[in-house]
Order: sequence, then structure tokens, then C-alpha cells
Amino acid sequence: MKKILGILGLLVFIYLATWLFSDLLTGRDSFLKGYTQMNLLRRTSLFAIISIGVAFVIISGGIDLSIGSVICLIGVGFPWLLSTFDWPAWVALPVVLVVGGVIGIWHGFLVTKVRLQPFVVTLCGLLIYRGLTRGITADQKQGFGTGDHDGLKWLASGELLHLPVPFWILLIVAVAAGVFLNRTIYGRYLLAVGNNEEAAKLSGIDTGRVVMVAYVICSFLAGLGGVLFVLDQGSAQPTSMGNFYELYAIAAAVLGGCSLRGGQGTIVGVVIGAAVMQVLRQSIILIDWISPNIEFAFIGMVILAGVTADEIVRRVAARRRLAS
Amino acid sequence: MGGTEGEDGAVSAVGAPLLEVRRVSKRFPGVRALHEVDCVLGAGEILAVLGENGAGKSTLMKILAGVQSADSGKLFLDGAVVEMDSVQAALSHGIALIHQELNLANNLDVGANIFLGREPARMGWIDSRAIRREAQRYLDLVGLAVDPGTIVGDLTVGRQQMVEIAKALSVDARVLIMDEPTSSLSAREAEQLFKVIKGLRARGVSVIYISHRLGEVKELADRVVVLRDGENAGELLREEITHERMVKMMVGRDLTHFYSHEPRAAGDVLLEARRLRTPVHPGHEISLQIRAGEVVGLAGLVGAGRTELLATLFGVTPAVGGIVEVDGQEVVMKNPIDAIRVGVALIPEDRKQQGLLLEMAVSENLSMASLKRDRRGYGFLNREREREICGEMIDKLKIKTPSARQTARFLSGGNQQKVVLGKWLALEPRVLLMDEPTRGIDVGAKQEIYALVEELAREGVGILFVSSEMEEVLGMSDRVLVMHEGELRGELLREELSERAVMDLATGGTATDAA
Repeated sequence: MKKILGILGLLVFIYLATWLFSDLLTGRDSFLKGYTQMNLLRRTSLFAIISIGVAFVIISGGIDLSIGSVICLIGVGFPWLLSTFDWPAWVALPVVLVVGGVIGIWHGFLVTKVRLQPFVVTLCGLLIYRGLTRGITADQKQGFGTGDHDGLKWLASGELLHLPVPFWILLIVAVAAGVFLNRTIYGRYLLAVGNNEEAAKLSGIDTGRVVMVAYVICSFLAGLGGVLFVLDQGSAQPTSMGNFYELYAIAAAVLGGCSLRGGQGTIVGVVIGAAVMQVLRQSIILIDWISPNIEFAFIGMVILAGVTADEIVRRVAARRRLAS
Repeated sequence: MGGTEGEDGAVSAVGAPLLEVRRVSKRFPGVRALHEVDCVLGAGEILAVLGENGAGKSTLMKILAGVQSADSGKLFLDGAVVEMDSVQAALSHGIALIHQELNLANNLDVGANIFLGREPARMGWIDSRAIRREAQRYLDLVGLAVDPGTIVGDLTVGRQQMVEIAKALSVDARVLIMDEPTSSLSAREAEQLFKVIKGLRARGVSVIYISHRLGEVKELADRVVVLRDGENAGELLREEITHERMVKMMVGRDLTHFYSHEPRAAGDVLLEARRLRTPVHPGHEISLQIRAGEVVGLAGLVGAGRTELLATLFGVTPAVGGIVEVDGQEVVMKNPIDAIRVGVALIPEDRKQQGLLLEMAVSENLSMASLKRDRRGYGFLNREREREICGEMIDKLKIKTPSARQTARFLSGGNQQKVVLGKWLALEPRVLLMDEPTRGIDVGAKQEIYALVEELAREGVGILFVSSEMEEVLGMSDRVLVMHEGELRGELLREELSERAVMDLATGGTATDAA
């Protein structure tokens, strides 16, 4: 709870700072204007969906570096199936989502049965899925062509009740993830496995299956993200689609209170963490004196400052607690 | 003094104080850790400091070793006031603390560990020849016959302990503080350690010895100082040291029935192993039975295969041969889930690594094993039932915690162990396997656990417990199985039980030799 308040405070601070420097001090109306806010909400929702996915893996004590490439494979593969093979959307969509899930099963198998380290497994995934995508599409940009896909595009760029549709999709995903994590025994098992795998095993938990589920959720949500991202952008380049998205997702999860040691994290925190990331990116666009060239450096430094402050607060609290 | 330890040249402490603690107090917000504690240590004296967990022993030792500083009070060394404001300061005064969890770099060799942080150097390069030579000297001093080039991680815990002592000697320690040094040593290693400690005493080194094992305190200590609730509770000279007196001083009351063993009639056979072979000792076939309402001790030296046997009976390391039957039905135990299904539970040896989810709440720990049984449809948590079970277990086991939501890490060792026990009791197991159930917990909590084991046995639970504490084995068991190097060496009924009989079997003798 305290952790969520901390990250919420950071979000409010960055939001107000962006408003101050982009609008108030310059007399413009660029940040608070409806279009910007809607766009911010849409992008936050898209990134929050993939961040929730990686949060499950991080809570299990693992890591997934392949998210960006899974987004690339699915995000490029989906329009490729539609335009090159004329698959109907109602066939292609379930197929690519299943492919996402299968990638998760594959990762989970390598981690739990072959006992490879998650870092290695998903690092190789990062290379493989991007290379694969570039290979099968001959590095050609994939779009939706001339076909009528307005219904599909509504999923990513449409509005429902005056809010972006991806926001409603995120709401469904986040509520389902929150219920799973906090209200089911499997969610509790996931926290236990991340906390102490051996103790969890000795308590009668099928730890392998729990970890497997985490990877499936992660890759499935990355796949869903890939579909939504490409619908939002209209087309996708195999070389650039999803580049660095795994890092945005991991950063959002960590900002949101997931410990890379595993066993800790909340869905609400992760969503707020994703929002922090997107407000930061928006601030770079809108604030004149922050050069777009230093985007990564800027984001990196803000996150570092955030987690450092958090760690210091926690240490002081722990010391007080130990002493009392 | 003129006691029985003459052969090692024991020197009486009183009269030649080396280190003096005068009216030392230490407060932490909300708790008084030490209140005007006095303590004297003579040159060449072995002083045992006793007390329950939370009595202030560790705080006092940390103050002596410069890890923490006192709020008030003074420390005298050779009659002069000294400030121990850092570990370096304490070391320069010749005071070294050996932690219970050893502080060695497992990936480095013995010599590198002994000289870690102060490597002899020539022109900026580490002089490994000098390290070897000097390390060898200190290893000889502690009688450890290993090459200085051996990687520390490859040594047994007992030998690592010797390396720690050698390291302390290499900084010319005059006072060696040892915190529970034998908690993970085999009997033989402990014997070797005692020999070294006595040897140090003969050379004029003073030792402050902290242990929950009163038997070894009786063997080693020249004097015993007891702390209770942060204050001096009393002192015993060598000839006054008895088990009862020490316990009484520690808990502040008589413990008339430390082990409350009552004869019970054993019921039906609950668990039976026939010609069972564990993956660690596949060459030995083990057959045993556990009956309802029976407390069976599993004795043996460290490394005898007791932990491995429990692990196989619980399905952690599946058997490579033989069968296990529960209620006369053969059960294939491929993992703990199979064992739990038929009502077998295991309290593991290392509660922090294997028993607890340290960063999770007490309540989440207590319900972990029973969540599945109590779940609602579609795997939803049954939070009401979870709350009920937690309340029940906290009451039944008298777990001292500010609330069920407290993080398990912040509980004392005894209460942590009760949480691990509670996790299984919530599942109402029929066979309870316990591996060193009272290791490192204080006398009060130990007694509560003994009473609980008795109660469970009365309710018809079959209990098989491993313990390296002879008193515990003798006090609790209806029957003792003794292992030696992977083999089940023999069985002793309660009326045949004696320390000697157990040790004979544990060291490879036979029951008839002992009789």
C-alpha cells in the first residue's frame, strides 16, 4: 500500500512538472489539451498491458527480455497474415494470440524442465523472434493494405465512452490479473515461488507449473500488445517494431514495486509505473529544453532517482522496525 | 578452581581480568536490549554466556566486537577504558567475533580467506608464497590438516569453522567470541573444536562462548554468565554448573518437566518403508515403521544420511529402490505433493531456506500448505477459512507476533519455527517428519515444541524426528533409530536408551556392543 502511494506520488509529481514546464511557464496549451491526454492514456494502456505480463514473470523470480521481439513477431505477423495470405481477421487474430501463448509455454519449458536461466532463455528469444520476423517478411514493412479493417483498428485507436478502447482492454486485463494474483491460490503460489522456491516446493506447491503459467501470461500479453500496437500504428517495420519495449515494460514493473528478486509486486503499482514511463516520454516531446536525443538518459535517470528514493525510505523503515 | 580440567592447564579467571564490562546499557526504540550489564573475562578463560533468545547476548557480543556501540557504560581492557566504536577498533584490541553463519568467501581458497583484506603484498602484487606459508602456520595452530590452497566451499562446515578460528588467530586475537559454533557441526567435529578451544585457553587466549547446548557448556566453560531480559541473571562457577541451574537462571523459574514424556500405547502402523534406498546412499536398504501415537527419534552423526532419509520419505529426493506404504497402501513418492496427499508432512532442517517465506506475512506462511484443500471453486482463496486457521494456529502454538500480517522475517527463531509447524498442523498430518526441530531456538520455545510433539502423539500422529542433541533424543523418543554412514544401524527401545548406546551405534558399533 505504502509502495503504491510512493509511485503514485512520483506520477503526480512528474505529471505536474510536465504541465508546469510545457504549458504554464510557456503559456502554451499543449500538454493538458484533450488530444495529448487521450494519446497519453492510450499509450499508457498499451504499455501497461505488456508491463503486467512481465510483472508476473518478475514476481515468479524470473525475467523476460524477449517481450519486444514477441511484439515484433506478432505485430508484424498479424498484418502479414491478413495482407499476404488474405486470412480473415477472425482467424488470424486468435492464431497470433495462441502463438504468443505457445512462446510462453516454450520459455516456461526451458526454464522449469531444462533448468536454463530465464535471462539466457529470453535473451535468446529476443534474438530469435526478431530474426525470424525479419526473415519471413524479407525485412519488408507490413501494413493492412487496402482491406477494410476499420473494426479492427477501432480496438487500438477507437473510443468508447469518451475513453480510448485500449484503456478498457487494460481495465479488463488489469482486473483479471489483480484477481488472479490476490484472490486465487495460484496467485498466492506465484508470490510464494518468487519468495522462496524451495520452501514453496516443500509446502506441496507444483512450482514448475506456477512458473510456467507466469511465462505464458507474459508472452500472451506481449502478443496481445503486439496486435494492439500494430493496429494503433497502422503498419510495422520488422527492424524497429517493439524495439526496447521489454525495457519499458521491465522498468514499469520495477517502478511499480516488483522486486527483481521475486515474490513482490502489485498490478496497480505496475499500471502506475507504466503511466510514469509514458508521461516521461511525453514530457520529452513537449518540454523544449529537454532534447529528444537524450530521451533514454533522461528516463534512465528519473527511474534511478525513483528507485533510489524508494530504497532509502525502505531502509529507514526497516531499521526502525528492527529496532522496535 | 582446581577443577577437573587440569590437563589443559586451565587458568582461573578471577583475579586477572582481561576484559571488563561495566554497567553497559543499550536501548533500541521501544525495547531495552541491555540494562546495566556487568561482565568480567579473565585471561585464558572460557566464559559461556547464556540466555534465551532476546535476552541480550547478541547485543552484548556486538558491543564487544565493535559492531554496535553502547548507550552507556564502559569497557575496560587490561584495566584501561577502551572505545569499541568499530570492528576495526575491536580487532586492533584483539577482540574477534566469529558469527554463527560463517563469514567466509566460499569461492576463495583457505589462505586467501585467512588474509582477506590484508594480503601480504610485494610491489602491489599479492605475495601468494607468503600467504601459503603464514596460512599453514595458523592452520597448524588449530590442528586443521588441509592445504591452504583448498577452496573453502569444498570444506565441511566444521573445517570452515576452523578456518575462521585460524583467521581470528592471524590477527592476534586475545578474545575470541564464538556465537553458536557447533550448531551445524557433527559430534566429531564439535569434539575437535572443543579440543582447539581448550588449546587456545592453554595459550592464554580467552573465549566467550555462546550456545544453546547446555551439555557442551558444561564440558567447556570455566564460568557461566546468564542474561535474562537484558539484565544479569546470575553467574555459575565451574563446579556449580549443572543443567538444572543453568535452565533455571535462564528462564527464571524451575522447569520440573523439561521433557514431559508419558508412556503411550502405540497404535497401527501408519508409515512403513521396506528396503528403501535413497539416492544419496543407494547401497543401503532401510526398513522402518512409524506407528500412530509414536515419537521415534532418528539419531546419528551429521552426514549419517538422516536428512536424506526424511527427504526421500517426503518425496523431495525420490527413492531409487524399495517401497513406502502408508496405511498399508503402497505410495510412490515422486515429489512432496504425493507425500502430502497421504498425510505426511516435513519440518525441514533449515527453516529460513526451506521452511519459511521470509518476506511474506505470518498468515500467508501458516496457510500455505492448506490453501489448496480450503480453496473455493475455480481456485479462489477462501479468506475466511484462512483467517480462522491463522488465528487457531497462533493461539494453539502461542506464536508471539504483533499481528498475523507481520512479515515472517521479523519473528524470533522460536516463533518462526512455530510458524513452520503451524503450516503443517493446519493440514492435520498423520505422519510428521521433523528435521532438527529445535535447532537454534531458545529454551522456552524448545520446551513448548516438546510439549506440542507430546500432544500430537497423544492425538495419534506418528512422529519421526532427527536431532543432533542427545538430550532431546533421549528425552522425547519412545524409540530411537540410529544411522551410521547411510545405514540404519540399529533400534533402541525407550528402556534401552542411553547416551552411550546411541553413540555406539552412531559411530558404527552394534547394539550388542553397547549392552
